[in-house]
Amino acid sequence: MAQAAVVQDSHDEIADTNTGISNRKLLMWVFLASDCLFFGSFIATYLVYRNESVVGPYPNEVLDIPITSVSTFVLLMSSLAMVLALNYLQKDRLGLTRFWILAVAALGLVFLGFQVVEFMTFVSEGLTIHQNLFGTTFFILTGFHGLHVFVGVLWLLGMAFAHFKGSLTSRSSEDLEMAGLYWHFVDIVWIVIFTVIYLIGFSDGEGIETIEHAATIIGG
Amino acid sequence: MTTIAFPTLISRPTSYTGLWSWIGTVDHKRIGTLYGITAFLYFLVGGIEALVIRAQLAQAESDLVSPEVFNQLFTMHGTTMVFLVVMPMSAAFFNWMVPLLIGARDVAFPRLNAFSYWTFLAGSIFLNLSFFLGGAPNAGWFGYANLTGSTYSPGDGVTFWALGLSILGVASLAASFNFVVTILNMRAPGMGLMKMPVFVWMALVTNILLALAMPVIAVALVQLSLDRVWDTNFFNPAAGGDPVLWQHLFWLFGHPEVYILILPAMGIVSEVLPVFSRKPLFGYPAVVFAGAVIGFMGWFVWSHHMFTVGLGPATNSAFAISTMLIAVPTGVKIFNWIGTTWGGKLNLNTSMLFSLGFIGMFIIGGLSGVSHASPPTDAQQQDTYYIVAHFHYVLFGGAILGLFSGGYYWWPKMTGKRLGEGLGKLHFWLMLIGFNLTFGPMHWLGLNGMPRRIATYADGLGWEMSNAIASAGALLLAISVLIFIINVIRTISSTQEAEDDPWDARTLEWSIPSPPPAYNFARIPQVKSLDDFWYTKHPELLHDEQGVDAEVHEPVEEDTHGGGSIHLPSMSYYPFVLSIGMVIAIAGFMQINVELPGTNIQFPWLSAIGIVIGMWGLMGWSMEPVTEEGGH
Repeated sequence: MAQAAVVQDSHDEIADTNTGISNRKLLMWVFLASDCLFFGSFIATYLVYRNESVVGPYPNEVLDIPITSVSTFVLLMSSLAMVLALNYLQKDRLGLTRFWILAVAALGLVFLGFQVVEFMTFVSEGLTIHQNLFGTTFFILTGFHGLHVFVGVLWLLGMAFAHFKGSLTSRSSEDLEMAGLYWHFVDIVWIVIFTVIYLIGFSDGEGIETIEHAATIIGG
Repeated sequence: MTTIAFPTLISRPTSYTGLWSWIGTVDHKRIGTLYGITAFLYFLVGGIEALVIRAQLAQAESDLVSPEVFNQLFTMHGTTMVFLVVMPMSAAFFNWMVPLLIGARDVAFPRLNAFSYWTFLAGSIFLNLSFFLGGAPNAGWFGYANLTGSTYSPGDGVTFWALGLSILGVASLAASFNFVVTILNMRAPGMGLMKMPVFVWMALVTNILLALAMPVIAVALVQLSLDRVWDTNFFNPAAGGDPVLWQHLFWLFGHPEVYILILPAMGIVSEVLPVFSRKPLFGYPAVVFAGAVIGFMGWFVWSHHMFTVGLGPATNSAFAISTMLIAVPTGVKIFNWIGTTWGGKLNLNTSMLFSLGFIGMFIIGGLSGVSHASPPTDAQQQDTYYIVAHFHYVLFGGAILGLFSGGYYWWPKMTGKRLGEGLGKLHFWLMLIGFNLTFGPMHWLGLNGMPRRIATYADGLGWEMSNAIASAGALLLAISVLIFIINVIRTISSTQEAEDDPWDARTLEWSIPSPPPAYNFARIPQVKSLDDFWYTKHPELLHDEQGVDAEVHEPVEEDTHGGGSIHLPSMSYYPFVLSIGMVIAIAGFMQINVELPGTNIQFPWLSAIGIVIGMWGLMGWSMEPVTEEGGH
């Protein structure tokens, strides 16, 4: 009964719980609620510091909406693949399950690849975590999101490993459902981040407010 | 069961005695004991820090300790008492009592529970190591930016503080997930939410608050750590960073944290008062509802810590109103407790005395709290000893007295022996008098203008007498704690044995032996009403007290685990391994890096080692079954 690389600790059957939800699924929901506040605080920080950088590069000088739209689309499609994987697992169609689990992980890796290239491009254009507030808040927020995606990819690869060993079947479909809850959550967080950073803030630049603010700080 | 292919390297612990059985334990009662002992040791550490502070302030122009050491002392005193005493002591009671009160055999995730404890222990040691590695944190327990930046706080103290609290936050988060799931999912059959003991309700609210508030402080601490270690700009005013953001993030966590500290004690008091008044809790639904409302409204009052920042009249007014409003559910609880004792046959033993002391002291602390809900008044009181007096009345007079009440109340259940009543009462009275002598005078010290956090003060300001009284009171407090320790030692070495139900109490934990067996309940109880155990003993009272007619309790034959054998989760070392790995990984951020040749990247080798150890723990954890085949 070596199961996938999921921290499993519940020792009661599903039917035993008061809520009817298994212990570990409820754990996942509580964790996701907690993670909402984690990302919420970083997103709030980003919004508070929007247009507050005193030196460039500014968002309108580095952000590339078309490229990031592609990677966003890739991540959204990975959620679709996740749904399909779970669907086929519940129907015990294991070959298709395997394909779609690996597809989710692969799409996640493609997204991460886009992020790595984006980070390297920005750094070459002079935007680092030290450079200005935009750099600090951008890299740390999207970096933590990327870390979440990376953990999800590792988790899914563990799932695929368990699948090859034959221990992932429709009876243990909740294993995959847990990974799915996490994956969809990380995906939703990206939708918010994409909206806040790229769609709303793409034209933020060295505005009048910014110059005035800089004057108050530098010029005294 | 086939052998696990994964090379686990270490075999499971099998012996139930000795050091390794404690490191590998997953038993909620043992983990609760570990939490309790650790928290009490830190209570002594934080107490000694406080005694040095009081010794320094006993007279004007004293130079017992340097201002630098004084800063470290008050910072570590606050941090220790909040994060290493009241929170883990509450966790000790959650661990011990929540499963027993809801009729469960363990928590939902026993290994996660062990992980929480070891992470807490490692984080607390890491934090205190700073004393020996270049100086403890010295920027105050709420570490305001940008005083905490590298410019104004060079050295590693504040980095220790930020990373140490991050580790403690992970421990608290893991524990909170565990207890929310345990309480929602693992209640005995028939125990609906409104049939849960109030302590379990308050544990639920507290752990929901933890799950939602901890990530906020985690983000603030990550930002601070990155500012200090990687030179980011979050709180760097020169780059446009706003130090007030830190205050918002800190207090958005910090105010729910206040209720995280006090709600467990409120839950304990709500259990103790009915038992020793021989009456059901007055207005159970109101007490529960008030607790939940406090947990909710606690999110909308944080800026009252920032009235003097200059957020503007509209913001200040809104937070003043919400702060005054949150006194209402707190008042509801106080009236319910008084109503519980009203007309009861009071048994004034030590536990009851501590609970009554809690009510009295908490009222004083609550009233002084409402007084600075008003921004103009607060402007006079901000950063004075009046604030110090206020929060010690709610956190010491409230939380600590409540926790002692729970200690005396549940001691027979946890150890099978009763704490001595004579020494117990002496402990209570000395502590009550010492407490009021210490913190009472701080009210007028503050109103007379004595600022907090000053290492010394000039002669002739009229503060000498009050400070001398406060320091004398602190000595009395220390003596009372010594008497408690003597009481514990005498009780442990005595041969007496407590009954299973020494107080003729109301809740399920008293229906099983003292101390409980590893499996807690030989048969999972069937719950029919609030305080089910009481009405099993006294079915004739059910109609009068609960308004329902007694049903004949039929003996229940079925055992949910079938076959009469009880499967408990097996012991495991992996939570310990994962904790150690994670703490090393986080500690590795202290810039003990190695330059990689040919690049400009610093390699955080300590973090890498920690991650490897942590991954090993995580793999072993997920590969080993919860209960070993043929296990216990």
